Amino acid sequence: MRKKLLIEILLVLLVVAGAGYFAFVEKTKLGLDLKGGVYVVMQAKPEEGKEIKPSDMTNLVEVLDRRINGLGVAEPRVSISGEDRVIIELPGIKDSEEAVRLIGKTALLEFQMVGEDGKLTKTGLDGKALVKAEVSNGQFGEAQIAFELNPEGAKKFAEITRDNIGKQLAITLDGETQTAPTIQSEIPGGKGVITGSYTIEEAKKMATLLNAGALPLTAEILETRAVGATLGQESIDRSFKAGQVAFGLVVVFMILIYRLPGLLSGIALSAFGVIVFGTLNYFGATLTFPGIAGFILSLGIAVDANVIIFERIKEELRNGQALIKAIDAGFSKAFSAILDGNVTTLIITAILFQFGTGPIKGFAITLTIGTLASMFTAITVTRILLKITAVYGKITNTKLYGVKEAK
Amino acid sequence: MRVEIIGKSKLWLGISVVLVLLSLGAIFAKGLNLGIDFTGGSLFEFKFEKAVTLQEINPVLDEIAKDVKQFSANSRIAQVDENGILLIRTQTLTEEEKIKALETMKKFGNYEIIKAEKVGATVGKELLTGALWSLLLGSILIIAYISMRFELRFALGGIISLFHDIIIAIGAIALLGYEINSSFIAAILTILGYSINDTIVVYDRIRENMKRHKGLSLQENIDTSVNEVMTRSLNTSFTTLLAVVAVLIFGGDTLKSFMVTLLVGIGIGTYSSVFVASPIVYLLEGKMKNKIKK
Repeated sequence: MRKKLLIEILLVLLVVAGAGYFAFVEKTKLGLDLKGGVYVVMQAKPEEGKEIKPSDMTNLVEVLDRRINGLGVAEPRVSISGEDRVIIELPGIKDSEEAVRLIGKTALLEFQMVGEDGKLTKTGLDGKALVKAEVSNGQFGEAQIAFELNPEGAKKFAEITRDNIGKQLAITLDGETQTAPTIQSEIPGGKGVITGSYTIEEAKKMATLLNAGALPLTAEILETRAVGATLGQESIDRSFKAGQVAFGLVVVFMILIYRLPGLLSGIALSAFGVIVFGTLNYFGATLTFPGIAGFILSLGIAVDANVIIFERIKEELRNGQALIKAIDAGFSKAFSAILDGNVTTLIITAILFQFGTGPIKGFAITLTIGTLASMFTAITVTRILLKITAVYGKITNTKLYGVKEAK
Repeated sequence: MRVEIIGKSKLWLGISVVLVLLSLGAIFAKGLNLGIDFTGGSLFEFKFEKAVTLQEINPVLDEIAKDVKQFSANSRIAQVDENGILLIRTQTLTEEEKIKALETMKKFGNYEIIKAEKVGATVGKELLTGALWSLLLGSILIIAYISMRFELRFALGGIISLFHDIIIAIGAIALLGYEINSSFIAAILTILGYSINDTIVVYDRIRENMKRHKGLSLQENIDTSVNEVMTRSLNTSFTTLLAVVAVLIFGGDTLKSFMVTLLVGIGIGTYSSVFVASPIVYLLEGKMKNKIKK
């Protein structure tokens, strides 16, 4: 029996140490609602009669990414959500208004002439005229970008190139010059090639950007949420302090009622916290406000599991069972209640994850991790701690279990 | 001390019925203060260099309303909380309208925007449909699982007490006038999880005693079981409430409405798992047996 216990102890130490590594070494990603920042959901709308292709969405993300890079945000995130939405997250940003304004405008691809002084003059030709741009290979296999204009654009393009041979034609995206090749000759037919010493990667990126500037869709802002960083930091600090006080009170209460097991459950609950945060960090999940709610609920469930077990052990002790047997019986009898309670909770979280939108998903994630962790700590960690004190520590005085006298 | 559950079930269920009716009354009479998460719209929280009062700020808002009609006295909702933070809720603003409004606001004094949110109407609808689907499917699956592990009438008792808890929690929120937003939903979900967990612990004891004491009538079994787990129920609820109250005191305003909802919900959840879920199991058995006799 001791050998089995020893293996279990090692296993638990391994799990807690592993979780501890991720809990303390890695940083928990905080949601924008906690640390401040801007959250924007954009809805792509296709032009009439067109459908949104996945590649359009990739191009849209590319454009947004580029604009956001100009903001100098530390860890911006632009991701596609569903088929036609893009979620933008800009943590810790100060000027949220500027960010929203910048994101909201449409990408504009323009052909502009470069004057001798380097100044740009508009030609009136823009991304609307672009049919497509793609990477092709030049004579010597070098990467170049081929583009095609619609008939109207082609006419204009021929005009521009005819009148400006030898000058530089800049292709700009949102006013920023992407490339400025020199016009070699008049280009009729609306098909052109941009050459230069591009690597394949650069050429690909350029083609994507050009296509993005000619997106057959507009993106409109569906939802924006901006939380000032002060509120964020303040609420983190306060929540953290509140959490510590709450945890302390719970442990004191548990010790008052259950004595030794109460103390041990304090250790088990600390392990619970470490495992939950370790798992969150391991998966790189983001902790949001509803996520904290999920954590609080799972902490409640974890405490409850301990209470159920300790009450059972007390009952067994009152009925005159020997301590180690009472511990075993207490755990095995409490198991069905804990299992059924947790499975029901997991059913709820699975549904919430499936049907819920953003904030509810956050709740579901921490609650799932928390429920599994509470099962593990209550059934394994608490039991092992009790066994260690009883078997190795020879602490068998039932008074320490809050039982006055056996019947 | 032994609490009589089934013998006094009329009293216990009566209290519940009264509370549910009062809650429904509050919900219909006062209405729910739906936040922009549900209705769509724009929301701002301003912190001015000096604390403001509503009387001071209203003229500025009226001035904004000249350009941006969403700010007119009839369509805006403006509040100043105890920390002097101004909260404004309007129908959805375009970017240009927002910029204009923020500019005009500067006339009143320098401010920091604590929060600026805009939610499209479709997002609110999605949240609502998502929540309703979750509730429906969740109820079905929970009934299925509890029926499998216990019996159908246990499942029905559990679900009825769940709805009981949710209605009363929403009623309390309607009465307090708190905004219904996504953190409120998180609170309701937390209550749901807590309540079902609580109910299952009681059911588990009844199931165990049914196997152990075959001769016991259901009435005696329920009374015994509930009393056996009473210490656990009280201890768990007390610990949880201790944590909730601690967060309520130290957690600051952001957490306040969330924690108050939890406080009500957990209290009600504890009550219902003992005094609602189990009596319903008993009543349903009566119904089922009567039918067989006829």
